[in-house]
Amino acid sequence: MAIDRSVVEKAAGLARIALTPEEVERFTGQLSVVLQAVERLKEVDTEKVSATASVLPILDVMREDEVRPGLSVDEAFANAPRGGRDGEFFRVQQVLEDRP
Amino acid sequence: MTELPHSIRGAADLLRSRRTSALELTEAALERSHADRHNAWLHLCDERARAQARTADARLKLGDAPALTGIPWACKDIIGTKAIPTTAGSRILEGYVPPYSATVVERLDERGAVMLGKTNLDEFAMGSSNENSAFGPVKNPWRTDRVPGGSSGGSAVAVAAGEALFALGTDTGGSIRQPAALCGVVGMKPTYGRVPRWGVVAFASSLDQVGPFTNTVEDAAIVCEAIFGKDPNDTTMVTEFPDDDLQTDLEKGVKGMRLGVPKEYFSLKGMEPGVERAVRAALKVLEREGAKLEEVSLSLTDHGLAVYYIIQPAEASSNLARYDGIRYGLRVEGPNLLETYRRTRGKGFGPEVKRRMILGTYALSAGYYDAYYVKAQKVRTLIKAEYDRVFEKVDALVTPTSPTVAFAIGAKVNDPLAMYLNDVFTLPVNISGLPGISVPCGFSDGLPVGLQIIANSYQERTMFRVAAAYERATPHHLARPEVKAA
Repeated sequence: MAIDRSVVEKAAGLARIALTPEEVERFTGQLSVVLQAVERLKEVDTEKVSATASVLPILDVMREDEVRPGLSVDEAFANAPRGGRDGEFFRVQQVLEDRP
Repeated sequence: MTELPHSIRGAADLLRSRRTSALELTEAALERSHADRHNAWLHLCDERARAQARTADARLKLGDAPALTGIPWACKDIIGTKAIPTTAGSRILEGYVPPYSATVVERLDERGAVMLGKTNLDEFAMGSSNENSAFGPVKNPWRTDRVPGGSSGGSAVAVAAGEALFALGTDTGGSIRQPAALCGVVGMKPTYGRVPRWGVVAFASSLDQVGPFTNTVEDAAIVCEAIFGKDPNDTTMVTEFPDDDLQTDLEKGVKGMRLGVPKEYFSLKGMEPGVERAVRAALKVLEREGAKLEEVSLSLTDHGLAVYYIIQPAEASSNLARYDGIRYGLRVEGPNLLETYRRTRGKGFGPEVKRRMILGTYALSAGYYDAYYVKAQKVRTLIKAEYDRVFEKVDALVTPTSPTVAFAIGAKVNDPLAMYLNDVFTLPVNISGLPGISVPCGFSDGLPVGLQIIANSYQERTMFRVAAAYERATPHHLARPEVKAA
């Protein structure tokens, strides 16, 4: 299926990726070609077929709930972006509006 | 420069007879790796390697050391290593230093193997040429204007150029076997669920497996024995672990074995005549060794590519949602949180990763989910069933690993579909969760060709048996590129 720019822009928005206009243009063409190729799956009759999410026949994998050593607070924050740590919290931008 | 021994087995013998030491081997490997001209390495950790080598020498003196003690190896930079930078080939993880090691790394550490450093790769393992690395393309040691394959290109080159005695890679659609074929070394993807993925950067979780690059089939079995087996930290593993002794059948030969030759693997448009010639000659060798060849049909082979290029980007778009600039990695601040996410990911991801995120997000989005994602999962069921049926008739399948030899750097970068076609023979193996190995089977235009051997799930022993029989009957695995020092 050939797609237009709006499809790429919408999917990039959902994926939280900022694209330049040139990228939108290029990806629209390239992804149209890929989507045309995957269209071929329509030829395969799957009416009575169930979906495979994983080839492993596993259901619930359990282990003993034992106390084990984990990361220290400093280790967990060691890779925080510059200015991204505030004591024992990651600093993020405000998402909720102030109450009037 | 000092050359490394040809195999792990050879080096292990030299270490035990005191003709070399782990430190000597490590120094030679480090010297060769620092002189590498193929951009195979992203990070070398000399001091850590020397410390591991000294410990290995002490352990070897005591006797009873495991086969991998003192053996220098290379780690694909998508596998997390404690206190050593791990980038996954991406700007978004530049400077990231994991606070813990992947289970596979811990297992090799415990056995006394010596990690030299981290190897270059396509960003987040997305690619078939190693041109998608944020840190520059890797060059093929057989011809430096050619790609090494991908995504584990640096790992393949480290072994092919004699810089490490083995390497670990990851294989989601062929990312070990295809670069192994293009660089003329052995590369193996285990059955899905046999190797722990704890600490490995996730790409497409229903397909990813860790596996080895080596010079010989026996070496691949040795590395697999070290990394296989249950890990309480990984809930996506098989619960039963059959035949852990993977070297048992290496010497048995193929006499009387039934080997399937899938006709669809030989009728692909775009298969190079030189590749077909080398693979057909390999089939003759196996026949001469006593195997019974049978033509089989895997009619959905063509559709594998479509299934893969829906499921894999869909899973990736979900896995890579974690790179948001908040807890680790790159952060590009915008006027609000949403803009921070968008700018961080827009700046941090390269073009191929962006393409796959968009494709995967589209295939999972409302209105398209059933038509693309669920449809692909259903065809996946049929592809797996086709392999199940074929393995009722044959012990293993023998195919080309890749339809072409190493192609020119830059030749396919702007044509994603042409690039994706490189994986047409390897990705059905991931879709079906099977083990597969690529072994060198000669040359076309002076560049290596790979022979792929695929076995049924958990039948690694059978796969190694066929591969070892072929290797014994031919000299191809001994060929090495002439490597010039920097």
